[in-house]
Amino acid sequence: MDNSLLSLLIWLPIFGGALVIWLGNERANTARWLSVALSIVVFIMSLSLFTEFDSSTHLMQFEEKASWISQFDVYYHIGVDGISMPLIILTTFSSILVLIAGWEVIQNRPAHYMAAFLIMEGLIIGVFSALDAILFYAFWEASLIPMLLIIGVWGGDNRVYAAIKFFLYTFLGSVFMLVSLIYMYNKGGSFSILDMHNLSLSATEQAWIFWAFFMAFAVKVPMFPVHTWLPDAHVQAPTGGSVILAAIMLKMGGYGFFRFSLPITPDASLEFSEIVIILSLIAIVYIGFVALVQRDMKKLIAYSSISHMGFVTLGVFALFLAYTPGTAEGALLGLEGAMIQMISHGFISAAMFLVVGVLYDRLHSREISTYGGVINSMPKFTGFAVLFAMANAGLPGTSGFVGEFMVILGVMQANIWYAVLAGTTLIVGAAYTLWMVKRVFWGEVTNPAVSTLSDINAREFGILTILAVAVVAMGLYPQPVIDVMHVSIEHLLNQALTSKL
Amino acid sequence: MNNMYTFDTSTLWAALPEIFLLSAIVVVLLLDLFLTKPFKQATYYLTQISLFITGVMAFNLINQPQIIIFSSSFILDNMASVFKVFMIGSTMVAMVYTRHYLTQHALFRGEYFVLVLLSVLGMMVMVSGYSLLTLYLGLEILSLSLYTLIAIARERAGAIEAALKYFVLGAIASGLLLYGMSMIYGISGSINIIDIANFAANADLASRETLILNFGLVFLVIGIAFKLGAVPFHMWVPDVYEGAPTSVTLFLSTVPKVAAVAMLVRILVDGLGAMHAYWADLFMVLAVLSIALGSVVALMQTNIKRLLAYSTISHVGFIMLGFVTGVISGYGAAVFYVFVYILMSLAAFGIVILLNKKGFEADQISDFKGLSNYSPWFALMMLVVMLSMAGVPPFIGFYAKFFILQQVISAGFITLAVVAVIFAVISAYYYLQIIKSMYFEEADKDITITAPMSMQLVLSINAVLILVVGIFPDFWIKLSLSLF
Repeated sequence: MDNSLLSLLIWLPIFGGALVIWLGNERANTARWLSVALSIVVFIMSLSLFTEFDSSTHLMQFEEKASWISQFDVYYHIGVDGISMPLIILTTFSSILVLIAGWEVIQNRPAHYMAAFLIMEGLIIGVFSALDAILFYAFWEASLIPMLLIIGVWGGDNRVYAAIKFFLYTFLGSVFMLVSLIYMYNKGGSFSILDMHNLSLSATEQAWIFWAFFMAFAVKVPMFPVHTWLPDAHVQAPTGGSVILAAIMLKMGGYGFFRFSLPITPDASLEFSEIVIILSLIAIVYIGFVALVQRDMKKLIAYSSISHMGFVTLGVFALFLAYTPGTAEGALLGLEGAMIQMISHGFISAAMFLVVGVLYDRLHSREISTYGGVINSMPKFTGFAVLFAMANAGLPGTSGFVGEFMVILGVMQANIWYAVLAGTTLIVGAAYTLWMVKRVFWGEVTNPAVSTLSDINAREFGILTILAVAVVAMGLYPQPVIDVMHVSIEHLLNQALTSKL
Repeated sequence: MNNMYTFDTSTLWAALPEIFLLSAIVVVLLLDLFLTKPFKQATYYLTQISLFITGVMAFNLINQPQIIIFSSSFILDNMASVFKVFMIGSTMVAMVYTRHYLTQHALFRGEYFVLVLLSVLGMMVMVSGYSLLTLYLGLEILSLSLYTLIAIARERAGAIEAALKYFVLGAIASGLLLYGMSMIYGISGSINIIDIANFAANADLASRETLILNFGLVFLVIGIAFKLGAVPFHMWVPDVYEGAPTSVTLFLSTVPKVAAVAMLVRILVDGLGAMHAYWADLFMVLAVLSIALGSVVALMQTNIKRLLAYSTISHVGFIMLGFVTGVISGYGAAVFYVFVYILMSLAAFGIVILLNKKGFEADQISDFKGLSNYSPWFALMMLVVMLSMAGVPPFIGFYAKFFILQQVISAGFITLAVVAVIFAVISAYYYLQIIKSMYFEEADKDITITAPMSMQLVLSINAVLILVVGIFPDFWIKLSLSLF
């Protein structure tokens, strides 16, 4: 069973989702129980990825390989290393939360809703574990389909626009990646991602391939200036959709930089790293200010996501500046900080969207001005909300601090001014998050409806507790996660610094 | 070859499927005359049985060594046999969908099926044609049957207009083709593909004497582009698709494309393969224009038949890209694309027909509103078809595009590949419009499905195949490559 663990993680949710569709909306309760049970089983199984993981090697583990399309030497080849394994566990973890979160809230076609999330879970695990470029591309694109339907069917008033924009943006980004993957296949004769890492490419080739990859991954992250689909998608998506989108789908972009851009096009990454860093800084600073003026809570969190994801790209590409022969420490800090930031942002953004979801379910409004004084009627809930807000602002002791701190430390060794700019996010981030908290949770009750709010029920309490534990645990003791990825990151750094020319 | 101009009855077996089908057509036509109203359905079943037997005969000829008979004008090779089996299979599926449409719209007549059988015969002749004359005759049998099929809804002004338009433009195209053929004949002295190929291979293509070969080639390419519906010879496609009864559109948009590609292969690859550099340039222009126009103009359509017409034009562009590469694997990619296109197109029109009811043509995109509430299953199937057409993995349409792109890039046309994928993204928008109607909007009328179980079953299998073959495409890719 060990050998097919990854396959099980991919296909169990997908076939489970198909089963749930077959159960249909008439048997909604069975569908709900089955989906949640399945997602819990998958999560428990994925934990053995962590426990049985050998963190002393950068080589792929839990590998499976079988011929798939022999005409193009495409293999069903999957495996994980220290970079992808934590992201898979993040995926299985978040999926449980969204399925439980959608329990009562979704009354329109509940079985299909559950099935869409299950299928998406399997596809995203596929993205993180694929070692064959075509397999990767297939999972990458296929994961758009459930998300398109989730936004379009269960979303808000302007959902059609948001859903189509989301799909087209990401689709446009990824087709160029496909072209460059095919190009490398024609050159090297293999679609294996690991073979592509070793494929020697000229400077021009690398430049083209780098930008093709960049289109695909930057849209997904999303980086400034191709971020505009994200606020729309987030605002219109149902709570569960926003959570998966922020917690996992954005990580697919970051993962792409780790798995493709750095090792395949190291020289181009070096050459263009300044541009990427500047775009990241714009995302961090400018988008932070944009978040400040939002009146819609979901939009605010969406912009804050973009700003936080800026740290991921900043940490990744700062390695070239931070690295001076002999001391890889700064570069390593940046890369590991980026990874930690991805995972931590997975927890925090999920929590923030769930918090907004709790409010939205009660008053059907995302406007900050609707609320005020929520603490009077929902004290328990406010406790959680403030904790997550603090984490979002990067308070030490929460996971939000660790990643950002590591990235800033890394960048400091590259260029102090970049570090100063990135550091402002701690101020701006605190400003927009805490100001929102102040307007929503504290102060006088201005809207009579707020005083009638009922505090969170056991289900919501459970979800938020789990997330709170995760956020604090990652903040206080991130070492196990760093240990797991350390060797893989070192190897990646080595690849990124080895010229292919 | 001594027996070149003799009639050798011992090789007649190679044309057995055609001979059988011709006999079956006569029998069906005569029987239909004597069938009284309550037994009219018999014509349908007889048609299906005849097609099935013909298909089995063609299937048994697969893997026979290549043989050229009838004074070098008829070839039996694997490509011919596989194409025939595929065309017959697709026609049988199309007939299952057609029956529902015909009964709903009071068009159920015996002639309909006879005409379909005749056009299949014409296509089989085209697929096996190995002289310009045979190819042309096959094409005319096909075209004349199709003109009549469209006009079978004689009470509808739109259908008559479509039939006339198709007839006039089709006749011009045939004329151009014939003109090109006469040029080729004039210079090479033969109408047999083998002789033409020999001539072209030995000719000095740059010399003034062979200029006429080039001249003829252009007309041949135009004729073929007309039949395929490539831009700028596409004008008839949307009008005919829209005007024709949907069941005819279904047939018209699917099976004849196989025959047209077969004719293309016979004339341009087998015959004038030596002139590839000349016709590849023309194809490149046609392909890019088709992909671009097909993707952009479809954005403005509200009628789903017109939309699918433009989508076809864009698919044709991709098919032609495969021929631009000039290598065997590129041709294989094109043929694979044709197979995939037929599978998708059958399912797409099948679902349009599925929604048809007495007096109700489900031919607007808005007619799909809220389908996911009325029939989650078929909404899902349509979703699969649309995403597959857009080229989203894991559906089969992705692998078709992928194969073509891989070949195009490998032939060194990276810009061409980039242009193609950009338009593929643009075209995704209109496929999404249909998904939007089905999933994101509420129904404004009753769209309960009334089609018989047999059709629902075949349609489901058809659409599920798009996913299943998408996950296991290896066999089909290998099959397409083995034909050359």
